[in-house]
Amino acid sequence: MSDPILSLSGVCTDIAQYHILQGVDLEVGRGGVTMLLGRNGVGKTTTLRTVIGHWQARAGSIRFDGQEITRMPTPDRARAGIGFVPEDMGIFSGLTVEENMTLAAASGPLDTARRDWLFSVFPPLRTFWRSAAGTLSGGQKQMLSIARAMAEERRLYLIDEPTKGLAPAIISTMVGALRELKSQGASILMVEQNFAVAKALGDQVAVMEDGCIIWTGAMADLAADAALQERLMGLSMEVEA
Amino acid sequence: MSVAPDHSPTFARTSLAERLSRAAPYLLVPVLVVLGFLAIGAPSSWLTLTVSGLAMGMMIFVMASGLTLVFGLMDVINFGHGAFISVGAFVGISVLLALGSWTGAPSLALNVAAVMLAVVAAMIVTGALGWAFERVIVRPVYGAHLKQILVTVGGLIVIEQLIHVVWGPDEIFLTRPETLKGAFTFAGAAIEKYRLLAVVVGLVLFVAMRLVFTRTKIGLIVRAGVQNGEMVEALGYRLRLVFIGVFIAGSALAGLGGVMWGLYQEVITAGMGEEMMILVFIVVIIGGLGSIEGAFIGALLVGLLQNYIAFLEPKLALISNIGLMTAILMWRPQGMMPVVEAK
Repeated sequence: MSDPILSLSGVCTDIAQYHILQGVDLEVGRGGVTMLLGRNGVGKTTTLRTVIGHWQARAGSIRFDGQEITRMPTPDRARAGIGFVPEDMGIFSGLTVEENMTLAAASGPLDTARRDWLFSVFPPLRTFWRSAAGTLSGGQKQMLSIARAMAEERRLYLIDEPTKGLAPAIISTMVGALRELKSQGASILMVEQNFAVAKALGDQVAVMEDGCIIWTGAMADLAADAALQERLMGLSMEVEA
Repeated sequence: MSVAPDHSPTFARTSLAERLSRAAPYLLVPVLVVLGFLAIGAPSSWLTLTVSGLAMGMMIFVMASGLTLVFGLMDVINFGHGAFISVGAFVGISVLLALGSWTGAPSLALNVAAVMLAVVAAMIVTGALGWAFERVIVRPVYGAHLKQILVTVGGLIVIEQLIHVVWGPDEIFLTRPETLKGAFTFAGAAIEKYRLLAVVVGLVLFVAMRLVFTRTKIGLIVRAGVQNGEMVEALGYRLRLVFIGVFIAGSALAGLGGVMWGLYQEVITAGMGEEMMILVFIVVIIGGLGSIEGAFIGALLVGLLQNYIAFLEPKLALISNIGLMTAILMWRPQGMMPVVEAK
């Protein structure tokens, strides 16, 4: 891939005595969505957490937009332009929606035009602007989590299972919001277990197994090859988004 | 573009019971005051004891507020916090003794100036001591609770011994500045001027802290950091610097509490901070880890209950706060208003 926005080379990450990532080689292109797929426990979440810096890589190299970030502290990676939506959403439940969003604008006050745009994408945020985030429904929390990552323009978004546990109506909202983000030229690395969503959003795909990337290619190629899906993930991606 | 429906599927209305349960901690202080009135009977005695309890509570709150933040935000059990109380008291009282002509003059302006200088000196010294304590003693043991207890107790002992080296082994007696001595009568009750001042200082500090935590970005970062530090860092904030700032501020507040407590007791000892830590820990635990509001309510409950019980049944006064803590933990095992869950 020429001039990727993110590249991982031989990244190994340990959690306690467990070797979770065992030499991950991955490139994420500029613009578009790269899906990270694989069975449970193969290291997808650990890969995202290693890129944002929550886990430190024991070996290997992580480069973001040409800059070496392997040893960089998490706040510096965020300020360099990486947005992160964790699997558990990471909502500050004791703070209001407004306070969560205010905090998300790390470089200054929350831009009102951007806030209004986020309101148009996620109307519940306007409704519950002054409510404690902890009182929101699961779907609303996920909207807040993604909106928070979008509060400032980022060059790369790391999004971990944004549709996990959500009702179908909310999932279509999420897909719409992520399409909107993608249409603005954002680069996204996303972990997703819902194959229909992965197919609907993904441009490129990387499949993981036992802490390594075992296949990369175009999502269209994977989606069209049921045998390949079975071989890589033990499942087929037949469901439509 | 598809947009989210403006639904509110699980944003359920909270029931009356839930709302009452949430408000219950705020009602405890008024309920205790009313119960105290009913039990004591004599309004003048009740008023004197109430002001005394509130003053004591406010001073404990000043000392506990820093500890609860350090507990909640940094997950650090700092038994050395008591050392900052003692050092603050010794530094502040030394300044007051040096300014004897100001404190002895019957001038409110000179007296207040002397106390302000003493407070500023105590807070600067304890803040700096807190910075050094975090860097040398606490930083190597982040995440290891048992080691934290051992090294912070060790730090407490070292600092107490250093107080003996600098100020000598004896307790130091002092008298309050001239205009803060004595009492005035209100509704037949004798109310000490200094206790009233302590109530005002505690209230101002609580309101100021509330404003900082709710109206400023640094306050938001601290509140969010108490809940999920990892996510705060992923948003681009250097929580490490915030940690250090909170530790320094907490230490400086302990120093302020030390000066206030020293003036209240009119005697200071190297071990006074260590002795106060029992009450401070009770307040932090019953308030809920990381909660300024919880610490405030807890401190008032401790102060009021101790004064009421000491009047009604002196023999029970020593165990009244342990009883209070037991009762509250049986009702709410995480404390009244926990911001972070106890591990």
